[in-house]
Amino acid sequence: MERKTTVDGIEGTQNIQITREFDLTVEQLYKAYTVPEIIEQWMGTKVIKFEGFNHGGWKFETSTPDGIIVFSANGVHHEVVPNQRIVRTFVIENSGFPAQLEFIEFEALTESSSKLSMLMVFKTAEDRNNILKLPFAYGLNMAHDKLQSFFNSIS
Amino acid sequence: MNLRRDIFQAIADPTRRAILMLLTSQAMTAGTIASNFETARPTVSKHLQILIECELLSQEQNGREIYYSLNPLKLREIEDFIEPFRKLWDNRFSKLESVMKNYTL
Repeated sequence: MERKTTVDGIEGTQNIQITREFDLTVEQLYKAYTVPEIIEQWMGTKVIKFEGFNHGGWKFETSTPDGIIVFSANGVHHEVVPNQRIVRTFVIENSGFPAQLEFIEFEALTESSSKLSMLMVFKTAEDRNNILKLPFAYGLNMAHDKLQSFFNSIS
Repeated sequence: MNLRRDIFQAIADPTRRAILMLLTSQAMTAGTIASNFETARPTVSKHLQILIECELLSQEQNGREIYYSLNPLKLREIEDFIEPFRKLWDNRFSKLESVMKNYTL
């Protein structure tokens, strides 16, 4: 089944609202967000630190195949409620951009499907727009994946 | 860069968003547009000027009147801007789904 990711809330706000439905149980969806080995697989980044509880910290890092760190982000979990919600801060290190606040909600739709809603709140609308324009902030992991599969294919 | 020409700057203001909504039905003169708002006429004119600078509105002279109409193509810029970001998350979520389907406890 085609599952479409929607991005809303751009106009007239400093937010971004992302939603997506999954053919997964809400427990599986929550696990994908809280088990470091799984986060690494779908986010395409290395999980350096992950304290999946209230007031715990987290840190992700992406490097090139020869070890140069090209992206690192960190934040704090403000609230972690299993199978329901994660509230966390998110800041891209050395980018000069202010932290953003993320409300990640998990919701069971049926016994085998679930819905993810992610609300990102930026300091200003301008910050949001500029962060989205950064190639390394959101696009690089994808590029990195492509690079990786390229290396895999020739080796 | 003139920030006023940024399309996001244009839609950041509630009055300007209301003007855009108003013009979805038909082209209007500045006077007709202003009559829909309680704000002073010069304020509305200022908003119209910004929307024109951002190319969200176009002007057409009709006798003594100038009609303002919406330029919907320009509004698509917002959509185009967000599309790579949406695709990125779409790819990630598809990956998440396939990872979890193969994952057993």
